[in-house]
Parts: sequence; structure tokens; C-alpha cells
Amino acid sequence: MSVFDIIGPRMVGPSSSHTAGALRLGLLARALLGCTPERATIGLHGSFATTYQGHGTDRAVVAGLLGMAPDDPGIPDSLAAADREGLEVVFESIDLGAAAHPNTLRFDVAAGEESVSLLGASVGGGAIEVSHVNDRAVDLSGRFDTLLIQARDVPGTTATITQRLAATGINIAFLEVGREKRGREATMIIQTDHAIPDSVVEEIEDYEWVISTRRLSKVTD
Amino acid sequence: MLTSIAEIIDRTRADGVPIWQVVLTEEVEDTEQPEAAILERLAERLATMRSAVERGLSSDAPSVSGLLGGGARRFESWRQGEASIVGPFVGRVIARAQATMEVNARMGTIVATPTAGSSGILPAVLFSAADELGFSEDELVRGLLTAAGVGQVIVARASVSGAAGGCQAETGSAAAMAAAALTELRGGDPESASHSVAFTLQGMLGLVCDPIAGLVEVPCLTRNVSGAVQAVAGSELALAGLHFPIPADEVIDVMGEIGNQLDEKYRETARGGLAATPTGQRLAASVQWEGPGFENTNAARARDLAREAGLAPDE
Repeated sequence: MSVFDIIGPRMVGPSSSHTAGALRLGLLARALLGCTPERATIGLHGSFATTYQGHGTDRAVVAGLLGMAPDDPGIPDSLAAADREGLEVVFESIDLGAAAHPNTLRFDVAAGEESVSLLGASVGGGAIEVSHVNDRAVDLSGRFDTLLIQARDVPGTTATITQRLAATGINIAFLEVGREKRGREATMIIQTDHAIPDSVVEEIEDYEWVISTRRLSKVTD
Repeated sequence: MLTSIAEIIDRTRADGVPIWQVVLTEEVEDTEQPEAAILERLAERLATMRSAVERGLSSDAPSVSGLLGGGARRFESWRQGEASIVGPFVGRVIARAQATMEVNARMGTIVATPTAGSSGILPAVLFSAADELGFSEDELVRGLLTAAGVGQVIVARASVSGAAGGCQAETGSAAAMAAAALTELRGGDPESASHSVAFTLQGMLGLVCDPIAGLVEVPCLTRNVSGAVQAVAGSELALAGLHFPIPADEVIDVMGEIGNQLDEKYRETARGGLAATPTGQRLAASVQWEGPGFENTNAARARDLAREAGLAPDE
């Protein structure tokens, strides 16, 4: 909890949870895809479903998908910007049940053949919690620079990557490793205290057992 | 992470420093950023806050829904005449609390302090005090740190979210933050700042979040006025040497407890309070939305409510 969480964010109004937090979830969905999406279906649950237009949630989400920051003066006109950049957006009301946070969004975004999904909530004051990435349960706050790695499940992969990061002086805050089945694909989610330089990400991508990487830059102070 | 006002006061005593310095030292330790970088970034936030106030006082642009617009400017012009009796300081506080909230409601740029829905209070109090007493930018940045310390304690012990704890959690927290900042800026010691938090927040306890049509507009804007004036009163009581008998931490705790017990209809859902009055429902139903291709769920729901209540607007 930084002083900049309390004196901030600097943002386009009107609601820290419905506007700034929603935009941050959009930014993470964009980062997960790795480029500006061509198609996006945004599911709005709970309070989001009933009040999204009055809070500019629609424009904030689209602004996030286009890579705008929470204080970008272009946010109010983001729907027109989406048209210009070839992003097609559909909003729909979804019901995730009473247990889901009242301000939850589901993103299904795609560009070309690539498609990803993200489920996250805006929990107050612009803070967010991402609970699912590609339908896999995760726990991301957007407060850390994060590297997602899809790799073949072979021995030594985690050690290699953590050693590579340590050699550059990057401290790992949280590390999560999971796989669906032994010997198949494994997912590593690495949240770090320091930004990971491009050169290090490129090196990791070159390991022959790495299938893909995605860098999710931090979106919250 | 600062989790109690008592702990902050202990540290001011142990180190012989004011509250803002305790908060700054904590931030340096938490983030490994140098003091100068933190202060510079806070000065940028202060500049954004000032610019929002100025834009709010100089424009009549309507809010996204059309429910608000131009009130801050009208009040500012009226209070400079002879009819107002509260004096220039309180008059400016009332005008400026509205100004930021108007900018926020028309999707302008503001700083959430601690939330967008309560973003009018801290700048109204700080900038009006600066006009009155000549505080420098550096002093105002220290005020932001004092306010942030109080906000961090409230987040740790209760909540600053209207959806979680009602309006008391948003405007009450912002007012408590502003009171502490003002008290310390005016030379009050840490104990006085703590009493100003208690005096301010005790007067905001139980305040529900009942926004018309679910928007951060009515009554949020005028609740910011209430909070800002309450902060000024709380600070003056403390500076006069008066003590509130319940410590600030306990007042914050009870604010959290009340928030947890508030019915859902009083927590930003627009199903209770002013939002559910006949006029509140009629206003919600009258809101017109722009935007291509989106189903107007909010206004449609409001219209359904109004129809059920026999208050459907003329087609």
C-alpha cells in the first residue's frame, strides 16, 4: 500500500473502481494478448453490468485494450479510437453468481489466430485482482512486473529461469509453477520487484523448451 | 505498512519528527525509492489536483449524464459577493470541493484521494488553506503525506470503498485525511492531528452510499462539500486543544464495522437512500446515454424501477 495508492491514481473520472480499475484490467488483457486486439468480447458482471455506461466503464475498458494509461485524456473518445484502430468490441452482461466480486469483468480478446481470456475484479480505489488467465486460476494484482512463460515440462526449467533473473539482479516477489499433466506443458508465472529488460526476455524465449512468453508490465503503483 | 494512528504517533515521538516524515520514511523503506523521487511525484499529483480545481471553477461543462454542471462556478461567483457569511476560507472550501467533483463527473483528469468519488475534499481544504495562510508547494506536499498516512491506516483497518463500506468510507476517509493534513500544516502536534481525525470521522459515521442512477454525481458532489467542511471543523476543534474521548483508531474500526453491517442497498448499488426516492428514480430514468450499439442497461433498469413505482417519465 503505497502513498500513491491513497494520493492516486491520477485518472480520468468518474470512478476509481468503475473507470481506472476497469482500464487497468483492459491493459492486462492487452498485455496478455501481446498486441492491440482486433476483436474483444467484454463480459460485465454485477454492478458493472448495470452502471457501466454512466461510469464510462465501456470507454475505460476499450482505452485499456488500446494501451492508454488511466490518466490518458483520450479515454472519453476511446470508442472512436477503437474504430480507427480496427478493434471490434462487444459488451455483454454475464452472471458469475453471488460469490463473484460485484465489479468483475471477463475479457475474451483476439488478434489473428491468437486468442486469450482474462477474468478480474476491480476491488476499490483503482486496485484490481485477476483471478483467471486463459481459464487457469491465478492471483495477480497488477502491482508487479510479471512474466508468463509457457514451457515444455522438462527438468530444470524453473531453476534455469530463476537463475537467469537472479544474474541480472531481478528479485522475484512471487513464483507460481503449474502444469496440466506430467511431461506436457507447464506454466510459470513470475512476479518481480524490478522490470525485466527486453534482452532477458529474448534470451528466455530462445531456450528451446520455452513455447511462449508474455510480459505483463505493472499497472498499479 | 502503517496500520494504526497510535503507531504513527509512537514513531513521531521516538524519532522526534512530524507525521509526514514518518509516512515518507515508511514509503522509502517499502518502495526503495529515494525521498526526492517520492516528493517529486507527489508534487506532480498536487499539480493535477490544482488544475482540476481550476478547470472545475471555470467551466460549465455538463457531466456525462447531464445531472451536474456549472454549480461550482455559480457558487464561486456568488460567494465572492456580499450575501455569503462564512468568510473566504470556508467559502473557497465549499466551491473547490464541488469543482473537482464536477471535473470528475465529466470524465476529466483528477487525482483519487483516496477515491474518485471523494476526490474533492483534500484539494479543497489544502488549496484554500494555502490561500489563507500562504503554504508553499513543499508544505502542501507534506500535507499529502500526512493525509496518505491516515488513508493507509484506514485501508488497513476498514475500507475506502463505497461498495464495501458506504459513503462514510469514501468521503469520511477523505475528510479524516484532510483534517490531519490541515492540523499538522497549521502547527498542530501529532496528538492534535489524531484528535482531528477522530473529531472528523465521528461526524461521518453511518453515512450511506446512495448515488442516483449509480453515478458518481448526486449526492457525491455535495457529500464532498459536507466532508470538506467537517474536516475544517474537526481540525479547528483539535487545534483549540479539545480532545475527542474515543481514539482515532477505534473510530476508524467502528467505521469499518458499520460498513460491514450496512445493507447492500446502501453500498453503491443505487437501490436505497436518495437513489430510491421517487425523485431519485425519476432522475435516473431521465438520464440519456450516448454511445453506439450498446444496450442502455442502466437507464433501462432505472426506467423499469420508475414504471413499477408508477413514476414513468413522459415518453
